Amino acid sequence: MISLFIIQVLNGLQLGILLFLVAAGLTLVFGVMDFINLAHGVQYMLGAYLAVMFITLTGSFALGLAAALAVALVIGLGLEYLVFRHLYDRSHLDQVLATFGLILFVNQAVKMIWGAAPLSVPVPEWLSGSVVLGDGILYPVYRFAIIAAGLLVAGLLWLIVERTKTGMLVRAGASNARMVSALGVDINRLFMIVFAFGTMLAGFAGAMAAPILSVEPGMGDTVLILAFVVIVIGGIGSIRGAFFAALLVGLVDTLGRSYSVDVVRLFTGPAAARGIAGGLSSMFIYLLMAVVLFFRPNGLWPSRGRS
Amino acid sequence: MSGAPPPALSPRLNRLAPLVIFALLALAPLVAHALGAGHWVSLLTRVMILAIAALSLDLILGLGGMVSFGHAAFVGIGAYMAGILVHEGIGDLLVTVPVVLVCCAFYGAFTGAISLRTQGVAFIMITLAFGQMAYFFAQALYRYGGDDGLTLNARSTLAGFAVLNNKLVFFYIVLAVLVASFLLIRGLAGSRFGRALTGCRDNATRMASLGYDVLRIRLTAFVISGMIAGVAGILLANHTEFVSPAYIAWQRSGEFIFMVIIGGLGSLWGAIAGAAAFLLIEEGLSGVTEHWKAIFGPLIILFVLFTRGGIAGFVARLTNRNGGGHD
Amino acid sequence: MTEPVIRLAGLNKAFGALVVTDTVSLDVRPGEIHALIGPNGAGKTTLIHQIAGTLTPDSGTITIGGQDMTAASPQARSRAGLARTFQITSIIPSLSVEANVALAVQAHCAHPLSFFRTAATDDTLNGPARAALERVGLIERRSMRAGALSHGEKRALEIAMALALEPRAILFDEPMAGVSREESGRIVDLLASLKGRYAMLLVEHDMEAVFSLADRVSVLVYGRIIASGTADEVRTNPEVKTAYIGEDA
Repeated sequence: MISLFIIQVLNGLQLGILLFLVAAGLTLVFGVMDFINLAHGVQYMLGAYLAVMFITLTGSFALGLAAALAVALVIGLGLEYLVFRHLYDRSHLDQVLATFGLILFVNQAVKMIWGAAPLSVPVPEWLSGSVVLGDGILYPVYRFAIIAAGLLVAGLLWLIVERTKTGMLVRAGASNARMVSALGVDINRLFMIVFAFGTMLAGFAGAMAAPILSVEPGMGDTVLILAFVVIVIGGIGSIRGAFFAALLVGLVDTLGRSYSVDVVRLFTGPAAARGIAGGLSSMFIYLLMAVVLFFRPNGLWPSRGRS
Repeated sequence: MSGAPPPALSPRLNRLAPLVIFALLALAPLVAHALGAGHWVSLLTRVMILAIAALSLDLILGLGGMVSFGHAAFVGIGAYMAGILVHEGIGDLLVTVPVVLVCCAFYGAFTGAISLRTQGVAFIMITLAFGQMAYFFAQALYRYGGDDGLTLNARSTLAGFAVLNNKLVFFYIVLAVLVASFLLIRGLAGSRFGRALTGCRDNATRMASLGYDVLRIRLTAFVISGMIAGVAGILLANHTEFVSPAYIAWQRSGEFIFMVIIGGLGSLWGAIAGAAAFLLIEEGLSGVTEHWKAIFGPLIILFVLFTRGGIAGFVARLTNRNGGGHD
Repeated sequence: MTEPVIRLAGLNKAFGALVVTDTVSLDVRPGEIHALIGPNGAGKTTLIHQIAGTLTPDSGTITIGGQDMTAASPQARSRAGLARTFQITSIIPSLSVEANVALAVQAHCAHPLSFFRTAATDDTLNGPARAALERVGLIERRSMRAGALSHGEKRALEIAMALALEPRAILFDEPMAGVSREESGRIVDLLASLKGRYAMLLVEHDMEAVFSLADRVSVLVYGRIIASGTADEVRTNPEVKTAYIGEDA
């Protein structure tokens, strides 16, 4: 019982880390550019697909990952140039609708290129196997690697945002974009950097998740909505909030999922329990969001300078 | 809450356009029969059902400025309740309609009371998330097909009579509901309430300082809009004789937004035109390729980038060459 | 002496270590114009926010028409008879000029949110709205879209909306800001014509306007009222001179 709990907590952390990588880019882009990008999840999906393709192609995990990230970045910048750039000064409604159109397109394009069936890629040799965590508890090395890599990136992100000049502008921009442009900063270049950064983070999350998830069209949409929940709970525009909220959502979702079957089974048969619990447990985080927003409409860790 | 006010349409156009649309719809079955294109009746029925949902969204999106990305949930509640009640053997509209209205009002009051505490982007994200919650709830309805959905073994009855089974009768019932919804929402828009709602869209701070309770006004509109969308859901379930979680998927909500925008934000009759345009695009493109969304997606983007005011704005420009002066 | 309509007693407000309102006491009596002046950053805007109800003071009390309104919402204050204009013009741009004022009339009538009453042809709304437009000189513009008015006309529209609320007290937050010389003269005349009917608190930078209009003037510096009295008393007050010379030099 305890061992299962520990494993579920680790799984929750791992999900939370992935969510953070997606949410961080989203909240940065929103904070700095006042741009709501529904197509951010698309970058996550592309990261995963490209990783599958390049890892299979090169036979090397590291090489494949690097190539996938590079191509994901190029695609992201291409989309920025073609579509997003023209939306920054539009209403949120226009942004939402246009990026919705983009999702439809990319999801379909992915189906046309890679097919509708889920793809998978093996865990790399040097990260396979499991770690023994005390009494008969085994946990896959690769999942540890995801947690570690995610924490590393989160730390790096913190360093950049808190310690560099660009980071300072990003922080200032997140709370007051007009002021930053008044300082004479090339706002377009700043936007480009922030956008590229967000794209890389989401692509990285997707690529890292590829060996443990089924890679399929539309996988980015689910993550996108989870990332929205994370951002709303954490406080819009707040990186710190996104980090804590992502872990919270990851844990609640994973633990809720693993225990709700047992609870529901008390009332129904096992087959029905799986069906009912599957849907119900997916609702937990939305209820969590509802409760948080009811008491704290600005989220749990709102960024300074935003009311 | 966001966006520029919609382009002003001349009062004459706003009076004439809906009359023309409803007259054309009323005659459509006759024309379809004369041309031997009976399947048009079914397609137009679907257009009208989606138009009711789009109209209800226009109330909050166009008039109220609330970008709700969870509107499909209301349609889904209506459709599911209709399906479930048929499944349980009490599928009479005298039961279904009140039950759906109450359910949608409760869901709207719950999600609205929370999401309307925020504004702008947060509101979009939260409505999207609540829509997804409703989607997962539908998946959890194991007794009613869960993930696979529920096939209706019969249509709802009206006071015991199976009137919805006749295609033509169903068509005219849907038309009647559409006209009623249109008149209701247009009446609301012109009422004191509607004017206050417009005020809240344009300038909530000002409205509060005039003594209005902005949250209450928005919430009222949100709930009414959801209840009308629920009625559209009842009709949808009876039309397709099937309901599934896919009805509540967030893409459906996106499509409703598209219909309202392509029709022309806040023009009401534009939402009907928008629903028709959407279904024609869908039918047309999916006839060409199974990958029609790869074409539809870029179409949406181009539409957003290069047009303003939607179909209603376009018609206004056509019919208004010498009038001018609205910008 | 008549009972003041607005009374602030010992108001304090701080953001962290920054004290923006420092034991401010002030009142506005029926029919008078009480002007509040002070250099930039003196805390005028924060004070207006606290009176209007968009900020809550840390301590002290705000009374409007004899009722304690210290923690009341802007809506409640409006119902208690407080109207205001905004520093940055605040109107409903997509509605007609007449509809803007009618919205103000509607706010305080019997069924403000009725679903069944058509607003556009309702003379119980339009009558008072036209009367208010008449008073501010905008009656010819009544069917125009409010967003298309000139800046000065928008200012006048705001005042018409305030009047249509039939308030007891009006807060004017820099009504002359950004307005042309000619238009600001018209607004001064308008405010002068309102004297005697409403208790008015006027926050304004235009000194000429303030000294020609105000019955009493209070000077706010660093969140504290350093002088209060008739226009002449304040004009010759040495402390006020120092404060202003400090800013202007």
